[in-house]
Amino acid sequence: MTGPIEKPAEQPVTTQEQPEPTVDRAQYLVCAVLVLVGAFIIYDALNLPAGFAKVDPVGPRLFPMIIGIGLLVMAAILAIAIPRGSRGEADAGEDIDPDRPSDWRTVGLLVAIFVATILLVMPLGWAITGALMFAACATVLGSKHYVRNIVIGAVLSTASFYAFYSGLGIPLPAGILDGIL
Amino acid sequence: MLDNLGWLIQGFEQAATPMNLLYACIGVLLGTAVGVLPGIGPAMTVALLLPITYNVSPSAAFIMFAGIFYGGMYGGSTTSILLNTPGESSSVITAIEGNKMAKAGRAAQALATAAIGSFVAGTIGTLLLALFAPAISRFAVTLGAPSYLAIMLFALVAVTAVLGSSKLRGGISLFLGLAIGLVGIDSLTGQARATFGLPQLSDGIDIVVIAVAIFALGEALWVAAHLRQKPAEVIPVGRPWMGKSDWQRSWKPWLRGTAYGFPFGALPAGGAELPTFLSYITEKKLSKHPEEFGKGAIEGVAGPEAANNASAAGTLVPMLSLGLPTNATAAVMLTAFVSYGIQPGPTLFDKEPLLIWTLIASLFIGNFLLLVLNLPLAPLWAKLLRTPRPYLYAGILFFATLGAFAVNIQPLDLVLLLVFGLLGLMMRRFGLPVLPLIIGVILGPRIERQLRQSLQLGGGEWGSLFTEPVAIGVYVCMALLLLAPLVLKLMHRSEETLLLVEDDKDQREKATGVHEKRLREESK
Repeated sequence: MTGPIEKPAEQPVTTQEQPEPTVDRAQYLVCAVLVLVGAFIIYDALNLPAGFAKVDPVGPRLFPMIIGIGLLVMAAILAIAIPRGSRGEADAGEDIDPDRPSDWRTVGLLVAIFVATILLVMPLGWAITGALMFAACATVLGSKHYVRNIVIGAVLSTASFYAFYSGLGIPLPAGILDGIL
Repeated sequence: MLDNLGWLIQGFEQAATPMNLLYACIGVLLGTAVGVLPGIGPAMTVALLLPITYNVSPSAAFIMFAGIFYGGMYGGSTTSILLNTPGESSSVITAIEGNKMAKAGRAAQALATAAIGSFVAGTIGTLLLALFAPAISRFAVTLGAPSYLAIMLFALVAVTAVLGSSKLRGGISLFLGLAIGLVGIDSLTGQARATFGLPQLSDGIDIVVIAVAIFALGEALWVAAHLRQKPAEVIPVGRPWMGKSDWQRSWKPWLRGTAYGFPFGALPAGGAELPTFLSYITEKKLSKHPEEFGKGAIEGVAGPEAANNASAAGTLVPMLSLGLPTNATAAVMLTAFVSYGIQPGPTLFDKEPLLIWTLIASLFIGNFLLLVLNLPLAPLWAKLLRTPRPYLYAGILFFATLGAFAVNIQPLDLVLLLVFGLLGLMMRRFGLPVLPLIIGVILGPRIERQLRQSLQLGGGEWGSLFTEPVAIGVYVCMALLLLAPLVLKLMHRSEETLLLVEDDKDQREKATGVHEKRLREESK
């Protein structure tokens, strides 16, 4: 899913300042997701062995079929509505600057950091991975104090490691620091 | 009735032990601290703080939740007043009037009327909750499976079709949620559905992971794509206080706001947005100083804030008495119930009376603690608003990861977190509402189980679903709810003119116009 989200970058996101009803083609991405999920659910439901009719008049298939078809229908309606100028209103928020074009590079980098975290958390352990993750995210988001980033990250991850270990009884993986922490 | 009072007293006894009071304090402080941070609404606050409750006893966890619930709400209003950027639609009014007050050097009074108003509304709301919820649940347990099925379907339709601006986008979000809810072993036949053959998915996708992904990760990624280069300016504030005239001007709006907020919150599709607007117009009409409105009138903060909080208390009525979540925060809290193995539904008051009454007693306590702790702490909270944004959002990503990972300590949960986080990002970019998805995830499996069980009991006859009068009544309401806008359209009237009084509409336009202008000036 990392690929498709880069797409809207080519599409200048129109802000509230320009109310002309332009067609927001990036929305076809939503259609694609709906078709993908819907098709998978229907395929999965068709492969379920039926034959529980006596105990269970509905069976395990009906719900997935309804939901899968529902998703496909939604995709179709949306596909018809998009060229007619239907568009969703992007979320606003306290730190969101609606006048800035979307910065998908930052998002892509954050996703990359996240993937690295998933791969490293077991071998390196939470304390190291968490610290690296925080520092990397803060750097990508624009904090230039590299040393401070890593120090805050290390404090957060070590503190949370011990808080979860002794406070909540949840042992987060220690990884290569096993025996030291 | 006396029975309930007895239970409530027992609840207080349970909640007022020194250890539990400590939990309540922690909950209130954490809830406020996280809620104050810009970009974090009450639902995300509760989602991020879920992991803390993993290994404490259910009653201690719920005591903490009560504090987090009201603390998160209170923290949000502080952000609105001092930053003038509403985190969610229900605090738009607070952001407009409260920030005007703060700009005029009356930040202390704005925070005070918001805090005390929240306390008044929260206390009355909790009292009404204690009165109504047991009665509703007593009625609900007499209902059969077909009626209960109808009520759950009604909640789904109401949340999808009534709240939010686009029915199509609400429906998309709902069906995505239902699809996520399918994953796992089918409860009646034991077959694995949509699990990709992964055994870790056979219990379904952990709802904590979904909540954290959609609310925290999705939001952080979305903000990252649009991060303001210069964070909005924070107005410094001392200790909140109110003069005599402020009290005189505030107490009636508090009560009227509560009266608007609670019933809207208790309805499946009421929400908090409409009662805050209604409260604002009412106060403007009744005020002796209507000229101050739009420039920082204390009534315009007192009323809507009370309405907002009373509505939050109202949402607990369907949640505790029927097991129906009707807003995002309640949905996330319900996930906590489920993670303790507590089956939400009308039998909750019968099966877990002590737990529920402890929760209700904790709501009173948490509300009180909020007032006592937060008035003196306001300057500290204002400092939190200056948190450098890179650290704030890196922190959200860090704690989201920690929370999702700590559920089962398996990297697969982090993969799911990323996938659903990207889904959350997509939903924010394309204006798909988040609430129907979460409600779909929670209610979908329960609706399916209820439907199949009622059909089993009814001998496979679909007609057996329509035998109970309550069920038929609910289906009629549902049809009306869906058809009413269509009929109105035919009569050449838009939905908006029905919902909003004329005066409100232009007030709202004016208000958002002023707000946007300010934002534009700021960005320059």
